[in-house]
Amino acid sequence: MSDPSAFDHYAHQKKHVHDHEPGHHDHAPVAAQDEGPPSEYEIMSRAMQELLEAKGVITAEEVRRRMETFEEEFPYRGSRVIAHAWTDPAFRKRLLKDGKAACAEMGVELEADRLIAVENMPEVHNLIVCTLCSCYPRALLGMPPTWYKSTNYRSRVVFEPRAVLKEFGTVLPEHVTVRVHDSNADMRYVVVPMRPKGTEGWSEEQLAEILTRDTLVGVTVPKAESGNP
Amino acid sequence: MNRAARGRTRKPLPSTYNPAPGRRFNVGDAVVIKRSFPPGHRRTPYYIRGKRGVIERICGAFPNPEELAYGFDGKPAKVLYRVRFLQNHVWPDYAGPASDIIEMEIFEHWLEPASGPGEPPAPDETG
Repeated sequence: MSDPSAFDHYAHQKKHVHDHEPGHHDHAPVAAQDEGPPSEYEIMSRAMQELLEAKGVITAEEVRRRMETFEEEFPYRGSRVIAHAWTDPAFRKRLLKDGKAACAEMGVELEADRLIAVENMPEVHNLIVCTLCSCYPRALLGMPPTWYKSTNYRSRVVFEPRAVLKEFGTVLPEHVTVRVHDSNADMRYVVVPMRPKGTEGWSEEQLAEILTRDTLVGVTVPKAESGNP
Repeated sequence: MNRAARGRTRKPLPSTYNPAPGRRFNVGDAVVIKRSFPPGHRRTPYYIRGKRGVIERICGAFPNPEELAYGFDGKPAKVLYRVRFLQNHVWPDYAGPASDIIEMEIFEHWLEPASGPGEPPAPDETG
């Protein structure tokens, strides 16, 4: 990454808003897997990190920073990139042609990931899954949500995408083609949703607010009334 | 304007596309996924084996994941394609409209040329 601090302002701004939502709790409940003895994989991972630290290959601070970046910065990158594509037609074209190169223009380095941006249109709706594991554009959207990794989503969305979409509250008319992308090898995917009516004149920051993670995976579509113009 | 916005440039960047000069198929070619069930690490989902589709795009050449998975270097790189299938061909009892499609990445050694008509339509979004 060329300049890891470039997004801090944006990430902090969003976090700030989030922290003041009514009913928001500062501390998530402890997950069940954090209780009890560590698993074999946790022990192996911990042992590997300690060896690498002892050999001077990495430091604990680097690992901590990487985890922080994953949670504080990566989840907001996708919304920023797509909001920019909504306001700049030339950028949108470049994004559709070569997603990784277009992201790099905005200072968003996708590292090993190759990115294919797929465009929703009045007659086409795109939806992303990985049936083999849980491939996900992490460098753009952060860690995948639990439902994305679930066997339920991964097995059903390929053969009954409309039923799954309906469970997310998304009902598409028959004349709209549902285009499912199984992210099964080296490419990663992001959906470019259609910009909703009622967002004319919005800034990229305002547009990014309605470009939530789920709209970029394709299980829902952005709505003007969910933002604050 | 925030820091991220100031960091944007108009300078064209080199393409990240991996060339695949020696490839066997082109966009629009009809193909059939091999109906084969070898053991080991394979990135070709079971449900698509034996199905017929059309090359949607060429992703480039990538190290072979079937070798990488076992500690080898994955060379020579294999050409990776995106293939488009009609849902009602993949799933005979598919409940949605006949125009619904599914697409995925398939390495060249899993593809065979298909003959005959009946190809998936192309929503022309790839420009």
